[in-house]
Amino acid sequence: MPNRPQPQFPELDSQPFWEGAKNGELRYQTCDDCKEVVFYPRAHCTKCGSGKTTWRTSKGTGTIYTYSVVRQNRSPAFADLGAYAVAYVDVDEGFRMLTNIVGVDDPTKQIKVGMKVKVEFEKQDSGEYPIPVFRPA
Amino acid sequence: MAKKRRDAAVVGIYEWPKRVDPSVSAMQIKAASIRRALEDAGLDWKDIDAIYDAGDGEGGGGLGLAAYLGVRPTVIDTTQVGGSSYEFQAAHALRDIAAGKADVAVLSYGSKAATQRIPIGTGGRGVGGNWQGNMEIPYGATLISNYAMVATRHMHQYGTTSEQLAEISVATRAHAMRNPEAVQAMADLQFVGVNEITVDDVLNSRMIADPLHLLECCMVSDGGGAAIIVSGDVAKKTKKKPVWILGSGEATSYRTNDGDITVSAGAQSAPIAFGEADVKPKDVDIAMIYDSFSITVAVCLEDLGFCKKGEVGDYVKGGVLRWDKKGAPALNTDGGGLSSNHPGMRGLFLLLESVRQLRGESTSQVPNAKLAVAHGNGGLLGATHTGGTVILAAD
Repeated sequence: MPNRPQPQFPELDSQPFWEGAKNGELRYQTCDDCKEVVFYPRAHCTKCGSGKTTWRTSKGTGTIYTYSVVRQNRSPAFADLGAYAVAYVDVDEGFRMLTNIVGVDDPTKQIKVGMKVKVEFEKQDSGEYPIPVFRPA
Repeated sequence: MAKKRRDAAVVGIYEWPKRVDPSVSAMQIKAASIRRALEDAGLDWKDIDAIYDAGDGEGGGGLGLAAYLGVRPTVIDTTQVGGSSYEFQAAHALRDIAAGKADVAVLSYGSKAATQRIPIGTGGRGVGGNWQGNMEIPYGATLISNYAMVATRHMHQYGTTSEQLAEISVATRAHAMRNPEAVQAMADLQFVGVNEITVDDVLNSRMIADPLHLLECCMVSDGGGAAIIVSGDVAKKTKKKPVWILGSGEATSYRTNDGDITVSAGAQSAPIAFGEADVKPKDVDIAMIYDSFSITVAVCLEDLGFCKKGEVGDYVKGGVLRWDKKGAPALNTDGGGLSSNHPGMRGLFLLLESVRQLRGESTSQVPNAKLAVAHGNGGLLGATHTGGTVILAAD
């Protein structure tokens, strides 16, 4: 299994996101007052400042906004992965998340901006929280 | 050009000449650079009444630096916004001096990034445990990959090519080869070839994070320096001609759900600075733009208004960024972070080379250079970052 760094707790803003990941749910928030989609998680709306938000669960589908294939990472958790793709994915409910693109034989050739992708929750040797990554849909 | 502001001027500079230097500490680099910059200005240690510090140096910062130096400033500014900290600090020095709070402001920098072998671009991104880190650390997005994702998107939206981005590395290296300190830096850091490079050289260097190649990435060096910024009254009695700070702008930008990643904080900071200075990008002779990577310069050339968004690929063609070519301001005439000096926070050197150009002291001197812009980009382009723009003019 992969051995990516785990999120660290206590961390009050992102904890519900990661508890969701344990249940196979990709969570995000919306503002109760102005309906803005709030992401990364936090306790206020970034558009109007409201303190009232609601957690929702995404269908987990989206589009690659941009990406890069990392050829060199000196941190131990990634040094042995080989070339891997980091990306921003525009998730269909309206939030953009940093993630990895998996499930391609050659990330340097098979990933494109605009590609449709879907989430999967990758279990980790490093701890109890699976990491939401995306693969071509 | 409208009548220039005369509130504050850079009157003393010093850049630590060695890029690999196990014999000194970062704090020693800072203190010695301040001494040499004061000598350059013809001012004394006891004249210092304001310090600006980004927290670099062992036991420095707002509490440590004044104590280490043995001075008692009445302005202590600890602005730390990454590599652009020094553009922000120069802006604050201008503001503090104009407000009468200080007469002799000192900016300093020291770093041992090479000796300590710190993998700035390709190391891990720290630890999680905060709102941002917990959402990013699991994905292994190295510093450079953030910049690379901006390049990917720029290529997608505008058809920009690696050949075009490589022009930035080529022009910068040409300047570095004219700067003996940069040549020594490349030798000491064991660059594969200490020579001018071509677009093909850049494209044939190994990929670090697609689409950015090795020769599109800055070096990791030791280094540092200092700048002395003084009031108009003090500038009347300094040794060299003052270089006036005409205006400044500050901004931050970050990942949003629907933002355009190809637009940097510079798009907000630059119009403020140019407006305050009452000058236009077309008036600029020297563009000192933070070249952490080729794409950083490309995006900032657009955001500062030298060309339209999306058109930088055409703009940089044909070597126009070289000191001896017309058609664009001369870019990073010291050799830049790509080929002269990058100990982690390059912002100070943007100010120092601007001053050298406006004094007529550069190793790639643009004849009769009158106006320079120093634009720092700190943090992670494409993610949370800052832009600081400073407009400087010859007397």
